[in-house]
Amino acid sequence: MSGVIQGRSSDVLDVYERARFEQLVMPHLDAAFNLARWLLRSREDSEDVAQEAMLRAFRFFRGFHGGDARAWLLQIVRNTCYTWLEKNRPVEMMTEFDEELHPQPSVTPESLAIAGDNRARLSRALESLPPRFREVLVLRELEGCSYKEIAAITAIPIGTVMSALARARQRLQRALVQDPLQEASREL
Amino acid sequence: MSCEYACSTLHGYIDGELDPLRSAEFEHHLENCRECAKALEAEESLRSALQHSGLYEQAPVSLRKKIRAELEAVTAPPMRLRLAAWRWVTVAASILVVATLSWYVWPRSVTTDASAAPFSAAEMIDAHIRSLQPGHLTDVASTDQHTVKPWFNGKLDFAPPVRDFSDEGFPLIGGRLDALAGRNVAVLVYGRRKHIINVFVLPTKEPDTPIHPPGLRQGYQWLHWRRQGMEYCAVSDVSVADLHELAQLIYQ
Repeated sequence: MSGVIQGRSSDVLDVYERARFEQLVMPHLDAAFNLARWLLRSREDSEDVAQEAMLRAFRFFRGFHGGDARAWLLQIVRNTCYTWLEKNRPVEMMTEFDEELHPQPSVTPESLAIAGDNRARLSRALESLPPRFREVLVLRELEGCSYKEIAAITAIPIGTVMSALARARQRLQRALVQDPLQEASREL
Repeated sequence: MSCEYACSTLHGYIDGELDPLRSAEFEHHLENCRECAKALEAEESLRSALQHSGLYEQAPVSLRKKIRAELEAVTAPPMRLRLAAWRWVTVAASILVVATLSWYVWPRSVTTDASAAPFSAAEMIDAHIRSLQPGHLTDVASTDQHTVKPWFNGKLDFAPPVRDFSDEGFPLIGGRLDALAGRNVAVLVYGRRKHIINVFVLPTKEPDTPIHPPGLRQGYQWLHWRRQGMEYCAVSDVSVADLHELAQLIYQ
């Protein structure tokens, strides 16, 4: 766990700290849930993990000394998700070392526009990516995080956030145009 | 894709993360590189698809409730309750002083004349007007009574009853602490269409009284009553009928 998260987990917080937590951290529950949802690919599991992450955040709250509460919380959510994945879906965590850039199949803006038009297909394509690609895309495109925030949340060095996003987007494009269900719809 | 710009700089460009110099450099490159222009178009359509397809999933309300309940369970009682025994004597003494003082100050101003509110009417109306200024309405903004009520814990030496009346058309907006006549007062904030109703609450030793006829000052009305050891004053610019309806809901 990185240096941002400090605190004595045995500490019990009082009502004042709870009110502060309510004000600073609770507003980011949607962000926490959304990140967990896309990392775990399941709403049900995400509820459990988001809940666990919020409780952990509460226990660590004394270690939060102001700043970006959303990034602070999402860092905890992400760590909680990875711990959960390692425990419950170890295979999934092993399959993500294939990171080199592949030659791009012919992806045209038109084919992407058609593919991206369909929520289900987009969702499938995003879910088919390894978690490390999925998370930068979710943080950037759904959560609107800056590179600096993405670096803080994912522990990627800030200098490589851009190339991580470049790779993730390339993978997503490929997944979109290679979607097997797309072939079926084309024949109609 | 062979242009190396397309693999990296292009992404910093569409994310607005390039410094002005590199951004201008890339734009210049873009004029001459068909490949990058095409890639940029593809990335932009992908981004727009991601952002406008409703992929963002919000936390279910039930989860929010569950988390709040869990947080409540692991929250320690306020510091005040954990003080050493000798501090209790001071606390008890100060409560006694406040109670004695209020016994002298409080009842006469109310019972003799309905238009004379617990605090001076001017003070209460001032507090109401102050609360309507931007950023002053609530210290804790929540429509959830289970959030507002615990928020008062530890800030006051009494627990104001907090209920939401959204179903009856008076949604709870939040709560706040005010000091009136040198006393800490809990204020519950309710909405009525576009109007705000402040309900000032503080403890009393006086017996219950019914809801008094309304007082009027500077265009604001107020109603006053006592119930189960609490003194209430509801202030607003809504109609007397509306104000009375809320007062009755709280009175029940």
